[in-house]
Amino acid sequence: MAKHHVEAKVNGDPVEFLCETEETLLDVLRDTLHLTGSKEGCSSGDCGACSVMLDGRLVCSCLVLGCEVGGRQIETIEGMAKGDALHPLQQGFLEHAALQCGICTPGFLVASKALLEKTPSPTESEVRYWLAGNLCRCTGYDKIVSAVMDTAAAMRPKQ
Amino acid sequence: MRYEAPESVEGAVALLAGATGEARVLAGGTDLLVQMRADLVDPELIVDIKKIPETRAITEDKGGWRIGAAVTGAELKEHARLRRAWPGVVEAANLIGSTQVQGRATLGGNLCNGSPAADSVPALIAAGAVATLAGPQGRRDLPVEDVMLGPRKLALRKGEIVVSFLLSPRPKGSADAYLRFIPRTEMDIAVVGVGVNLTVDGGGTITAARVGLGAVAARVLLVAEAAQAIIGSRLDKAAQERLEAAARAACRPIDDKRGTVEFRTDVAGVLTRRAALIALDRARMS
Repeated sequence: MAKHHVEAKVNGDPVEFLCETEETLLDVLRDTLHLTGSKEGCSSGDCGACSVMLDGRLVCSCLVLGCEVGGRQIETIEGMAKGDALHPLQQGFLEHAALQCGICTPGFLVASKALLEKTPSPTESEVRYWLAGNLCRCTGYDKIVSAVMDTAAAMRPKQ
Repeated sequence: MRYEAPESVEGAVALLAGATGEARVLAGGTDLLVQMRADLVDPELIVDIKKIPETRAITEDKGGWRIGAAVTGAELKEHARLRRAWPGVVEAANLIGSTQVQGRATLGGNLCNGSPAADSVPALIAAGAVATLAGPQGRRDLPVEDVMLGPRKLALRKGEIVVSFLLSPRPKGSADAYLRFIPRTEMDIAVVGVGVNLTVDGGGTITAARVGLGAVAARVLLVAEAAQAIIGSRLDKAAQERLEAAARAACRPIDDKRGTVEFRTDVAGVLTRRAALIALDRARMS
């Protein structure tokens, strides 16, 4: 059967692509649109390395079909920095050394950004629960949680 | 593999009824895509029901609530009034998977995946939820406890889909709760899950109750004996003991890496008592 022709927006830019039914949004992002920041970890929705925003909702792009996203807005890690200016969370991860191998990092950043947009002053528990679907086998999570907590504090308007 | 996203219930039913090979309904995809990836299923047709407005809405219905089959866990959590009315149903749905999974996973999918350990199903059964199905012969309502027959086996006929769930109006002094046991605090499959829904009168006596037990049998159970054990009581120690015994007596679990028969049966009693106590507290405050 013919491929699906899909038009969507990725990081604010209109994109169009062709895909087979069984191709996931992650496949399309990486292989067709060459946006390789979103990583493939488990391909079963357990590790969160492929996290993206779909119409403002945090999802695993490995659990979305490419043909489902017609007319929808997708935000990926590639849209997080503005030119050379890193997002405060990206800067915070660097300062806290909240990464080692880096495979999980794009997913953590996208997920953390989604959290802070909804909850600017999260408790440590809220951070840990929110990020429970992002697995990291290097850091032991403490540095990631500290980076998110400190960045949240720095991003809040001063009294 | 064909993908269709009809905009009406009739369109979805016609596609599914007309399918010659294996056909699957796609709601949140958090089970289907994993099963496709693992080569457990290889459908010829995928029918995405998310473009059907009825499957995506939460609406008040004659004092009760109608929840579309493709409403996500995150959307349930954000609905303050529904959460107040049915805290047990919402907390059960919110235990499914991670934040990312909550953004996609749906009540209809959790039920139709046909797992005895589905978190939202014991809570829906305790709530007395009725599933509205649509098929080639029209619509019919089926209590949620009658939808699942066994692991991966549903009472749905060819071409039939779950469109929505109906939760009836809440009497005064009524509330629900859901608890599950897993070996960690998040992101795991229930070893036991239990939903309790009850109503108390002005004096604090339980006048109605329903108990749904998950992961302890081939399907999620409605345990009438457990409800009977506490109706007419104020959930004093004796009633709690009767409740625990009735819950345990209903268990027909399997041994697996998550828990033994003995452990699951024991935990079912403990969790049922705790869930009933939470529901009672909430009912008194409602």
